[in-house]
Amino acid sequence: MQRIFDTDLDAIKQELLTMAGLAEKSLDDVAKVLTTGDPELARSVIERDDRIDRCELTIDRLGTEFIVRHHPMAGDLRFIITAIKIAPRLERIGDNAVNIARYVLDITTGPWSSPVSEVPRILAQARAMVTDVVKAFVSRDADKAREVIRRDDQVDRLYWDLFRALLERIRTDPDAVHSLITQVLVARFAERIGDQATNIAEEIIYLVEGAPVKHSPLPPTGNE
Amino acid sequence: MVPSSDHPAVETRGLTVYYGDRPGLLDVSLAVPRHRIVAIIGPSGCGKTTFLRCINRLNDEIRGVRIEGRVLVDGVDVYRSGVQLEALRKRVGMVFQKSNPFPMSIRDNVTFGPRMAGVPERELGAEMVERSLRLAGLWDEVRDLLDRSALDLSGGQQQRLCVARALANQPDILLLDEPASALDPISTAKVEETLLQLKERYTIVVVTHNLQQAARIADDTAFLMDGRLVEVASTTTLLTNPKERLTEAYITGRFG
Repeated sequence: MQRIFDTDLDAIKQELLTMAGLAEKSLDDVAKVLTTGDPELARSVIERDDRIDRCELTIDRLGTEFIVRHHPMAGDLRFIITAIKIAPRLERIGDNAVNIARYVLDITTGPWSSPVSEVPRILAQARAMVTDVVKAFVSRDADKAREVIRRDDQVDRLYWDLFRALLERIRTDPDAVHSLITQVLVARFAERIGDQATNIAEEIIYLVEGAPVKHSPLPPTGNE
Repeated sequence: MVPSSDHPAVETRGLTVYYGDRPGLLDVSLAVPRHRIVAIIGPSGCGKTTFLRCINRLNDEIRGVRIEGRVLVDGVDVYRSGVQLEALRKRVGMVFQKSNPFPMSIRDNVTFGPRMAGVPERELGAEMVERSLRLAGLWDEVRDLLDRSALDLSGGQQQRLCVARALANQPDILLLDEPASALDPISTAKVEETLLQLKERYTIVVVTHNLQQAARIADDTAFLMDGRLVEVASTTTLLTNPKERLTEAYITGRFG
């Protein structure tokens, strides 16, 4: 017979995975929106956000109830703390997908022109970070989480390179300023998704190893 | 024995206790620094109470007990010959799980220990009673009831009276064996607040089954299992990120 404790713990884990799945779906959809300009798909991303928000509230509630009911300790305590801290990160990832969808919808009042290739590339890399950080959570793999954190630098570099390039193009092609600024903003939202994945990765390292790694240089892994 | 800052207030080295053939403690080495609260946790029968009772030699009374290793109070081995039990127990006060006020007035409960120790009557006056009761956080509740029977007090008040009675002997070290296990949450909170206040003056070792209580009051927590010391660490570390799998299994309720 499963203990109430384990049933309650599973419920939180399940809700987190549901939430992560919804956020990942929004990222997949918004990647398509970015290349196709599909307004229907963009709207579906915006509509899905409500469900993601509700997941966050549910995780808050389940986490609070769990603490009250079970007084978790050690690994269980860290799991609850981690769940309560990961949920708002996933919610922000959903928000960033919504922001991208909104900008694409906004610009499609005129004909949608595909963005420069770096924008989808930044989004794809951030998306891959989210996939891997969810895997790291499921398998409680601190090394995988560290690897996600390392990849954030690359996403940041891509973003800043693109930012400078687009700034230059705005100077030389002022007529395209609306489209170019939109692309900068979309790239920025994508880059922020990478940051959220990084924050989640930091929480996972805390979950697994019990020591906080936020606001400190990334410690080397055992096999380095 | 003169308190010296060079030594931990209490230290055991390889402490092993047998009750006949049955081991109560096995090779326990643990230091309790001065002015700290150390909680001892572990399943029933793990040796928590045995450990506590070795510090003031209450185990001496048990037939067939065999004690090996060393128990140092301020660096002095309490089991060496020449140590006077009365002097030791005056220095090392004890409060038990079940409050056990004597069937006499509140005042007489407080003065009982010093009186037995031969302290002159003139030193057992109102000042001494007030000081002990204040330290135990009970003064405001009983200042007008000092001549009432201690048995009229509530459970939580009785337990704090027992703390006051222990403090009247002016000990340096206070041992508490599940002092709040029979108390409601409000009385428990009062006993815990009392202990936190007392930390400035005393060194406290408290056995508890309540992990949250350890988290609230103890600087360090030691986990005993089957008579062995499995792990000791700062309470926060032990309860959030223990090193030993056995500790993790116990505190997360995953034994067996």
